[in-house]
Amino acid sequence: MTSTVVRKDGPAAVTPPPTLGSHVRNYVSRVRGGDIGALPAVLGLVVLCTVFSVMRPTFLSAGNFANLFTQGAAVTLIAMGLVFVLLLGEIDLSAGFASGVCAAILANVVTVLGYPWYVAVLAAIVTGVAIGTTLGFLVAKIGIPSFVVTLAGFLAFQGIVLMLMEEGANISVRDEVLVAIANRNLPPVLGWLLAAVAVAGYAAVQLLRHRKRASRGLLTDPIAVVFARVGGLALVLGAAVFILNLERSRNVVISSLKGVPIVVPIIAALLVFWTFVLQRTTYGRHVYAVGGNKEAARRAGINVDRIRISVFVICSSMAAVGGIVAASRANSVDPNTGGSDVLLYAVGAAVIGGTSLFGGKGRVLDAVLGGAVVAVIDNGMGLMGYSSGVKYVVTGVVLLLAASVDAFSRRRSTSTGNR
Amino acid sequence: MSATPLLELRGIDKSFGPVQVLRDVAFSAHPGEVTALVGDNGAGKSTLVKCISGIYPTDAGEFRFDGRPVTINSPRDAAALGIEVVYQDLALCDNLDIVQNMFLGREKRSGIVLDEPTMEQMAADTLAGLSVRTVKSLRQHVSSLSGGQRQTVAIAKAVLWNSRLVILDEPTAALGVAQTAQVLELVRRLADNGLAVVLISHNMNDVFAVSDRVAALYLGQMVAQVKTTDITHSQVVELITAGRSGGLGLATEPANGGKGHGAQPAGSNPGGVQ
Repeated sequence: MTSTVVRKDGPAAVTPPPTLGSHVRNYVSRVRGGDIGALPAVLGLVVLCTVFSVMRPTFLSAGNFANLFTQGAAVTLIAMGLVFVLLLGEIDLSAGFASGVCAAILANVVTVLGYPWYVAVLAAIVTGVAIGTTLGFLVAKIGIPSFVVTLAGFLAFQGIVLMLMEEGANISVRDEVLVAIANRNLPPVLGWLLAAVAVAGYAAVQLLRHRKRASRGLLTDPIAVVFARVGGLALVLGAAVFILNLERSRNVVISSLKGVPIVVPIIAALLVFWTFVLQRTTYGRHVYAVGGNKEAARRAGINVDRIRISVFVICSSMAAVGGIVAASRANSVDPNTGGSDVLLYAVGAAVIGGTSLFGGKGRVLDAVLGGAVVAVIDNGMGLMGYSSGVKYVVTGVVLLLAASVDAFSRRRSTSTGNR
Repeated sequence: MSATPLLELRGIDKSFGPVQVLRDVAFSAHPGEVTALVGDNGAGKSTLVKCISGIYPTDAGEFRFDGRPVTINSPRDAAALGIEVVYQDLALCDNLDIVQNMFLGREKRSGIVLDEPTMEQMAADTLAGLSVRTVKSLRQHVSSLSGGQRQTVAIAKAVLWNSRLVILDEPTAALGVAQTAQVLELVRRLADNGLAVVLISHNMNDVFAVSDRVAALYLGQMVAQVKTTDITHSQVVELITAGRSGGLGLATEPANGGKGHGAQPAGSNPGGVQ
């Protein structure tokens, strides 16, 4: 009559400890089972970069490499927020113009009203939170499908931007700090330092987890895989920082132009933060749970409505951050900020990166990888001299491709019982 | 096995508007035993379970848990007593792994960070305690599990929380032969580990394979609660379909004063005849 279950035998899973080989085999079988993750995005990135650099050697120049980051930054940031909404199987079509509204608020506060930059940034983000709360409330509490709510938001926010711009005039953003976000670079030394800190931090987290699990006798990834991960990150970050620290000014005498664009560490910090939230906190676990099986989440005592509202808040707040970066890059806000292709590029980025439109599957990293693909397409096609018409068509096709990869991998998952 | 039932219900009434679904129901579940709850569709099995688990309030009747009178007003009250229900649709998240599912909504944390090693270890211990060897890795997504394995995870989730009474709603309904055997073995092991188990089932083979007692509901009345060894297959079917069988059931006083009755004052007065 004990209250706990009697523990008789050894561990439930009697599996041999994984080796490097079995790890690779596991990965291959997961991919074949439909769990392809970020593979299409990474492959696409490699193929696109190869094609563009063969066709247009300038694509590979240090200057263009830096351009890619600043061009893709706003879309990537918006996509990071969209991942949360997509994880619940919802959609936010208003994220683009929400970023426009927030940027317009920023420009008004800093330029028209003359407040310091941090007040303007705060105002923009508070606006994002308010927008997200409203959308989330309408979806979760009133029960309107997110597609309709955010489609309405898409139209209404477009109007609000116009009204804030006083019918079409644009407001310039001259504040030094705000302009610096997307237009200035870190000193080369600082770039190296941040990269070193990032790699060391990642290594520490990985090794600590490995030790903690090993000491409890739980199955661990082979230490070689851990080192490979850390080494891979070090290699990628090192190469990126090295290229970005090359001189890219046409005329060094007039001005020197080198270093990591300031927006890059901002994206990296937000990537780490949101990844931590999704993977390591109860909240993140509950987001996945609601996305996977709402009824199971409800029975487990999770406040489903609160989770649903919160993802819209995160999405709109990240849209605000994206709007701030867009305003910084353009040095101004006009009625088209956050309009035209921004939203579809952002949704495309998340989906291309491997986030499922059906909910329950996705990572914040997907937004960054997908954002890179979108930026490369946009940038490379521009270099090749295609009109924006062709660019839109190609991006549309890529989005469709990504969505069909998602649908296929989902079908494959259900047929192989994997996901 | 033991004299005092872990859970004892007496005189439970439950109506939905003008429809009386449960009439003066007496029911008991003993630690270390599997009690099969049988009855036709609409007999009130699910309602009874929902009353026990605190989802429905009862109109009248007495709950005793561990010999003490208790009131169960919400699922939280039931969980606090150690009553867990495994519903037919399992309520697992396909996109989460076994450990994540078992701790869903009750995650262990250290600070604000999820304490994955502790959770994984507790999950492994629980599964080991149930001698479950069918799952390959605890970090497998539930979507990759078979029906029997899912049922196993759902049951393990229920026993993880120091539960004392586990109610299983048709755990084998959707399973194949081999998997059914696996799950039944697990059900038996739960009881052998000292838990009180209530098994709702339509399948007479399952009932006779694992249960120690059979409780039969007929149109909202408990017509018999007897030891499985004292009853035959066809008697159970008669109880389910007609509410009486020989000396058991409605309208007649129990002629069968077997040993099963002596151990069980509440259930031995079958019928609670109106």
